Amino acid sequence: MERIPILKMGECLLVSIQVDMHDRLAVALHDDLTSKIASTRARGVLIDISSLDVVDSFIGRMLGNIASMARVLDAQTVVVGMRPAVAITLVELGLALPGVRTALDVEKGMAMIQGALAPRERRSNGRPPA
Amino acid sequence: MAVRRHETRPIRSAEDVVAVRRAVREGSIAAGFSLVDQTKIVTAASELARNALTYGGGGTLALELLNDGARRGLRLVFEDQGPGIADVELALRDGFTTGGGLGLGLGGARRLVNEFSIESAPGKGTRVAVVRWK
Repeated sequence: MERIPILKMGECLLVSIQVDMHDRLAVALHDDLTSKIASTRARGVLIDISSLDVVDSFIGRMLGNIASMARVLDAQTVVVGMRPAVAITLVELGLALPGVRTALDVEKGMAMIQGALAPRERRSNGRPPA
Repeated sequence: MAVRRHETRPIRSAEDVVAVRRAVREGSIAAGFSLVDQTKIVTAASELARNALTYGGGGTLALELLNDGARRGLRLVFEDQGPGIADVELALRDGFTTGGGLGLGLGGARRLVNEFSIESAPGKGTRVAVVRWK
């Protein structure tokens, strides 16, 4: 079965969804990310959805589930690149993605994850947080 | 009201739901919809196609390009021969689900289109017809 690739960069996992996902593929991504966060001890997950021209309730729920699952495994999730037409439609559909952090693009999303991780790293080095 | 184009598609697998999204996207482009309107009707179609698959055990989509004077629109009719819906009003309410989803499919799809009608009875399957005008 086809899979969405997951790339590791430092403490982050990067996912760029480039295909119109059927539901089983979305579920497989959730499961793959769960095991990958655990096996790589990743602290951040960045999901780029700039190629998606539709996010319906199933894919929206999958994004929410990934964010919740990652939080429980001590990793931050940021969803980046949502198209404006998709955002308008999601809200009208009734899905505001509660609990999912979003950023406009990959750069801003990475900055968000690094900003959230930095104070904890300083603490773990024995220095007080800034 | 003239029907300019008519096509029927099967909904028997998760891949068919993706194919439905693609066909509705093409239809909405042919009808001259804006990007936001395209996205809304494709998203509604995705919800209704999934419902037909998950709750109806599969079904069909009939897609029609409409001409009503100067207005152009897209009509989508989803039909399945599944168990049907006992309480349609309840099924349209946000948060109601029997399939473990969010319960946004039917009510959400209704908000994304201009016309929405549903016929269903226990044992008789379900027929949902929606229209979005340009």
